[in-house]
Amino acid sequence: MELTQENKKVLVEPLVENNPITLQVLGICSALAVTSQLSTALIMSLALTTVTAFSSAGIAFIRNHVPSSIRIIAQMVIIASLVIVVDQLLKAFAYDVSKQLSVFVGLIITNCIVMGRAEAYAMKNPPWESFLDGIGNGLGYSLILIGVAVIRELLGSGKLLGMEILPLVKDGGWYVPNGLLLLPPSAFFLIGLIIWAIRTWKPKQVEKSDFEIQPAHGAVHGEAH
Amino acid sequence: MPDSMEKSSVEPGFKEKLAGYTAGVQAYAAPYLALPNDSFKKTVAVALALCLVGAIVVSGSAVILRPLQEWNKSKDEKVNILEVADLYQPGVDVETVFKNIEVRLVDLATGDYAEGMDAKSYDQWKAAKDPLLSEAIPANKDIASIKRKPKVAKVYLVKEGDQLKTLILPVNGYGLWSTMFGFIALEADAETVVGMNLYDQAETPGLGGEVVNPKWKALWKGKKVYNFTGKEFHENNLSEKGQTIEIGEVALGLVKGFVDPGKAGSEYQVDALAGATLTSRGVSNLVQYWMGKEGYGIYLAKIRNRRG
Repeated sequence: MELTQENKKVLVEPLVENNPITLQVLGICSALAVTSQLSTALIMSLALTTVTAFSSAGIAFIRNHVPSSIRIIAQMVIIASLVIVVDQLLKAFAYDVSKQLSVFVGLIITNCIVMGRAEAYAMKNPPWESFLDGIGNGLGYSLILIGVAVIRELLGSGKLLGMEILPLVKDGGWYVPNGLLLLPPSAFFLIGLIIWAIRTWKPKQVEKSDFEIQPAHGAVHGEAH
Repeated sequence: MPDSMEKSSVEPGFKEKLAGYTAGVQAYAAPYLALPNDSFKKTVAVALALCLVGAIVVSGSAVILRPLQEWNKSKDEKVNILEVADLYQPGVDVETVFKNIEVRLVDLATGDYAEGMDAKSYDQWKAAKDPLLSEAIPANKDIASIKRKPKVAKVYLVKEGDQLKTLILPVNGYGLWSTMFGFIALEADAETVVGMNLYDQAETPGLGGEVVNPKWKALWKGKKVYNFTGKEFHENNLSEKGQTIEIGEVALGLVKGFVDPGKAGSEYQVDALAGATLTSRGVSNLVQYWMGKEGYGIYLAKIRNRRG
């Protein structure tokens, strides 16, 4: 199938312009949990992209026949079935990684990105566009996850994908690892920094304040009353 | 999609048949599809159809992938066994190394090898749930909080030629959240620890979950399990053919704070997990139970006795 201009936009926009993590701030929970190693982050990205793409396509396929009263449950049935299939596949073909990811694959069901795309896009658009939208958003999620995981694994344990890059002091090298980066809060800091960087680069993403802070009386002249 | 189906199918006229089925389904579904979306009938029909499709997809994938998953699981168990006995290096062929390991069944009550059962296919933890193959543990003796124990246990003997080198014993016990399953490996003297590995647990990640930390597991190596009092009349002692065999007291356990290797008694102490008092207690209890008279105590005492 040929990609139209519109298709490309749907695919590329969620990478930076409308990134599900940095702009919509969705899917943070798993982004904290699986990014202490690059390998788990990669598998998680793959699993989430697959689920988002196929669930969006499936939901878009039946979108005209879903009664609005059971809309969310109908979406959940499709998403949950796909997540179980992905979990089964991982257990069959990537057993070690599936053990490390443990509950987080199952928790893709509750990942707001999947539900968000189903509700916001797939319910209103045809299957092929929805599939691309799912891939795009999955890749946007993956981009941030992989970025965070590279920083955390490299500076936290001196390795990438389990291979030594920075020789550690305890193994006779020179690098003193930063233990904080192995703990979940560090992912918060990193995602915060990434959001800051993106919004500096693209000021359009900065939200308008809900209210403006009034300057205090007299503060203009610097006089005390 | 139709192309691949045509190739994989050997049955002639399959395509026509499939088209027939599709048309049938369409004819059946058409009156429902034509209904207004929010009508009661359509809501129920859509819900049922979705559930049916979801159920087929999920159960289909579970059934098709089961053989692969089981193979993974059994390989993983073998890797765990090799790890605890210090035989595992990455890249090693598990099946080849496993050929040097003899699987035997032990009757826990007598401490003798049980014959007449297939050791390889026996599952000790499945047996623990079977009323015929297990027994309930009286509450006052159930220190590991496991409620039932199998009558027969599955042990793994690593041999070098005819000589016994390492004993690998399956153990379980309740931690904070979950029953932990694992192995304890002992040297041929049946009292020195080679390794300890809890491969199946659901303790708090980062705290109790640190039972899987290789650094912590390494602390177990070389520790002693038993403290022998040398008393001739001890409640724990075992008499066989007029001879007294001492089981010994299980002294090995976790202690808070730093274990000073220079101090007396440190050979019985392993550093407890920081921030995981209940998991640590669970691990101590598990060792206490399974190494004691109720667990492998009698079997191990007989092995020591045979060595002389």
